[in-house]
Amino acid sequence: MKRLPAMPDEWLDRSRTVRFRFEGRSFEGLAGDSIASALWAAGQRSQGRSFKYHRVRGILSAANHDVNVMLQDGPKLNTRGDVVAVREGMDLTAVNTFGGLANDKARHLNLLSRFLPVGFYYKAFHNKRLFPLWEKMFRRITGLGVVDFSTPHIRTQKRYDFCDVLVIGAGPSGLAAALSAAEAGASVVVCDENARAGGSGLFQLGADAARRQHTASLLQQVKANPRIRLLEGTYAGAYYADRWVPLIDENRMTKMRAKSVILASGAYEQPAVFRNNDLPGIMNGSAMQRLIYRYAVKPCTTAVVLAANADGYRVALDLLAAGAAVAAVLDMRASVPASPLADALRAKGVEILAGHAVYEAHADGKGELAGVTACRIDGAGRVVSGSQRRISCDGVAMSTGWSPAANLLYQAGTRMRFDDLLQQFVPEQLPEGVFACGKVNGVFRLESRITDGQRAGLAAAANAGFEVSGNITVPAETESPSHAWPVVAHPDGKNFVDFDEDLQVKDFENAVQEGYDNIELLKRFSTVGMGPSQGKHSNMTALRILARLTGKSPQQVGTTTARPFFHPVPLSHLAGRGFSPQRHSPLHGRHAAAGAVFMQAGAWERPEYYAVTGKSRIDCIREEARRVRTAVALIDVGTLGKLEIRGPQAAEFLNRVYTGRYDNMKVGATRYAVMCDESGVLSDEGVVARIADDVFYFTTTSSGAATVYRELSRLNIEWKLDCGLINLTGSYSAMNLAGPASRKVLAQLTDMDLSSAAFPYLAVRTGTVAGIPARMMRVGFVGEWGYEIHIPAEYGATLWDALMKAGESSGIGPFGVEAQRLLRLEKGHLIVSQDTDGLTNPFEVGMDWAVKLDKPFFTGKRSLQIVRKMPLKRKLVGFRLGENHSGEVPKECHLIIQDGDIAGRVTSISWSPHVGRFIGLAFVLPSMSESGTPFQIRLTDGSMVNAEVCDTPFFDPKDERQKEIE
Amino acid sequence: MKLMTCPINGTRPISEFAYWGEIRPAPDADTCSDDQWAEYVFHRNGAPGVKKEWWCHTPSNTWFIAERDTEKDKVLRTYLHGDDK
Repeated sequence: MKRLPAMPDEWLDRSRTVRFRFEGRSFEGLAGDSIASALWAAGQRSQGRSFKYHRVRGILSAANHDVNVMLQDGPKLNTRGDVVAVREGMDLTAVNTFGGLANDKARHLNLLSRFLPVGFYYKAFHNKRLFPLWEKMFRRITGLGVVDFSTPHIRTQKRYDFCDVLVIGAGPSGLAAALSAAEAGASVVVCDENARAGGSGLFQLGADAARRQHTASLLQQVKANPRIRLLEGTYAGAYYADRWVPLIDENRMTKMRAKSVILASGAYEQPAVFRNNDLPGIMNGSAMQRLIYRYAVKPCTTAVVLAANADGYRVALDLLAAGAAVAAVLDMRASVPASPLADALRAKGVEILAGHAVYEAHADGKGELAGVTACRIDGAGRVVSGSQRRISCDGVAMSTGWSPAANLLYQAGTRMRFDDLLQQFVPEQLPEGVFACGKVNGVFRLESRITDGQRAGLAAAANAGFEVSGNITVPAETESPSHAWPVVAHPDGKNFVDFDEDLQVKDFENAVQEGYDNIELLKRFSTVGMGPSQGKHSNMTALRILARLTGKSPQQVGTTTARPFFHPVPLSHLAGRGFSPQRHSPLHGRHAAAGAVFMQAGAWERPEYYAVTGKSRIDCIREEARRVRTAVALIDVGTLGKLEIRGPQAAEFLNRVYTGRYDNMKVGATRYAVMCDESGVLSDEGVVARIADDVFYFTTTSSGAATVYRELSRLNIEWKLDCGLINLTGSYSAMNLAGPASRKVLAQLTDMDLSSAAFPYLAVRTGTVAGIPARMMRVGFVGEWGYEIHIPAEYGATLWDALMKAGESSGIGPFGVEAQRLLRLEKGHLIVSQDTDGLTNPFEVGMDWAVKLDKPFFTGKRSLQIVRKMPLKRKLVGFRLGENHSGEVPKECHLIIQDGDIAGRVTSISWSPHVGRFIGLAFVLPSMSESGTPFQIRLTDGSMVNAEVCDTPFFDPKDERQKEIE
Repeated sequence: MKLMTCPINGTRPISEFAYWGEIRPAPDADTCSDDQWAEYVFHRNGAPGVKKEWWCHTPSNTWFIAERDTEKDKVLRTYLHGDDK
């Protein structure tokens, strides 16, 4: 092969030579060459091995979806040699070989092909005994490149972009569409998967410079238009709802949102099917044209052109212009339509044979193309016996048909229709905001494609809100670009339909015979279209074969689903930083300084415990709990949801959303509050404090804060009560000062009367602490004398420091979530969503007292009235393990087993220093809820642990710690 | 990613919104039977068609009504509660 003189639109930089290695040998190419074109120019036609039979392969399409040439370059695997630019120093090997491309030890599989029938995996793998054997074998011999596990982790930035009109494909129709949309005023982005724009307009020339000039001029105008951005080397990976299209380039993914999307994505040329149609030297006609006009490579010395459309005639003219001989044009159509193209070929002495096809191709000693046997075919595509004749050639150009690159149209929900004249699926009904033009729209003549692009561009601009005028009509096609049956039967097979998966015509016949006669079933059984190119060169032919075998039309057979992504995307483009917001309390810095070990609690990071050097986690937790029981300690409870409701009907609102009564509360009092959903399931809890007649301040669980506020806001809109809701969760800091010495500590910082008479248990008071305005509640969650102090968030750290300082002499320290869990468990207090689940009603957890069924209405009331009438299904009870329990301790969610059946589960368990045993809460059957009832808990390993039901609270059952005892 | 139009904040990505559910009239709690109430609480009509739903633009806590054609996967219109004139 020889490099041709400079082509007008070639991608080459002839001043720069690129040196690289392929299969251990040194090669030279030019900057701008693809790997495959550089190798082809150097005479290296064998460039890869096929997936199943390890047959030698060369260039097939050179159109980015060619899997014949898949290469490994260091850690980069499955590089598509047909389009990836060759770079200095590349060290390439073909994937899928054993011992190199030339001497692949697996090449003999080619001879064993009849023992590898269609559906082989399914036939082999159903045998359990032989499965491991097959698995071992297939893991070794299948797969493509080799993964390098030491590859560095690559993070790529994502980009967000917006435009009025996104045009996918920068061929003649796409460029024309972009120009008319931009002229109407729209901001336009045109992307093209190729390194350079122009598409087929710059290579499907038929040696006609005027054709090239059309596209070159469009491209020039696009580049000069300030409203158009042209993104080369960028492909549209998928179509997602509301015109959201990820654009993939070498370095990143751009998330493009457009007001209108135009698919000008063209069509994939489809290989014809005949025996040995995969020999290196046989390629799509368009692949030869790409070699000539992009890379200035002469594809072969003597060619046979297998044609069924005008495109094939142009290929022949392009080959002649490139200095190749054309031994014959075999036209599969019964007659050759009169055209200047045919006349031009005849004038150059090229023999055109109508009603002819390639019967089989012949290989030389290296397995590369050396010649073909041509034959006559009848109207039904059958070979006319005795018509075979041999022709020597080193190149076959296949130009027998196209398949629309409609992947994204399908993803957008386009209804497609099979057009019998065009022999192609075309859009019948496009979704709103989506447009199609050019070959994907069934328009093939160059002038018509440009007109069709203008039409689509105006329609897209109008959809994006721009004023357009004029009505463009596109003339109908008169010649079919695709042959209905580009298949030639051969008794010896090896007439490949799917090059990715090495599927031959007989594989389809056998699959259909075995009953896989639906396109989706056929795909899964035969694996057609499941290779790296996802059927871009095989699905249409497979569909035609299935249609013929089952006596249906292509429309009736239908297509398989084209899922994202359109083309393989590097995982590094998809992977990115997660975006899950995390909240820190205003006291976060204080916790960190005190050695806090943080845990995730909903959106919050909370101190699980405070680590002390030389102490274990469990010892730290127990020490924190001991400090609360014996002295005084401080916990950050600022993560609680903190809401305020104001207005004349505030009490009525609370009466409706919580199960209890709040209208009869005195100002300065607090009350426990339980919330249910409409089905009566316990959904949240908290404390309601009445600050004034028409002002209530109330808390929610930390995890429920956002959803409770949201739902209460909605109910307030629906009910239209005279009150307003304020979310103070982020603007208030809160901490709980608990322990016998808490009052003594607090007294140093406030002049409020802290006597029991003035500030009793469960009261709320407003005053100042350390000079900070505060709302304080006497609470008892952990079972000690204590104050929950709520202050504006900006003073949180100041108050924390003041309390720590005031408590120094009393032995104050911080305590974390784990110590609080233990302390509340000793008091038998449940935690919503730990000790309750998505089905728990208040009666099951002993909260009958908090449910006021005599109120006129509250959310969940009607359901609870029904539940009330039914027997309880389970009950939350306290339990303890044996006094000297040793060995493994049950965990939350371990099951309680009675008579071999599940009778409940553990919801909380912890060692209680006060009780001197492991204590916990558990759901059990009502029949087991009597205090003293023994039961068994099953551990993960199946062994049983004895436990017994006991009364709660485990600690200070009469709440004496919170009362003043003189 | 889909788009949703908040009547206050305009068209935003769907990830900024929370879906609550279809607006369905509750039966009269005082007069309905237990079965009628259970039907209301537990059963949802999944048949495709035009649904009136509560949606919330979460960053601004804006609740509104969306009329959505679940068969065509299309939001027909959105408006604040009570603006259905």
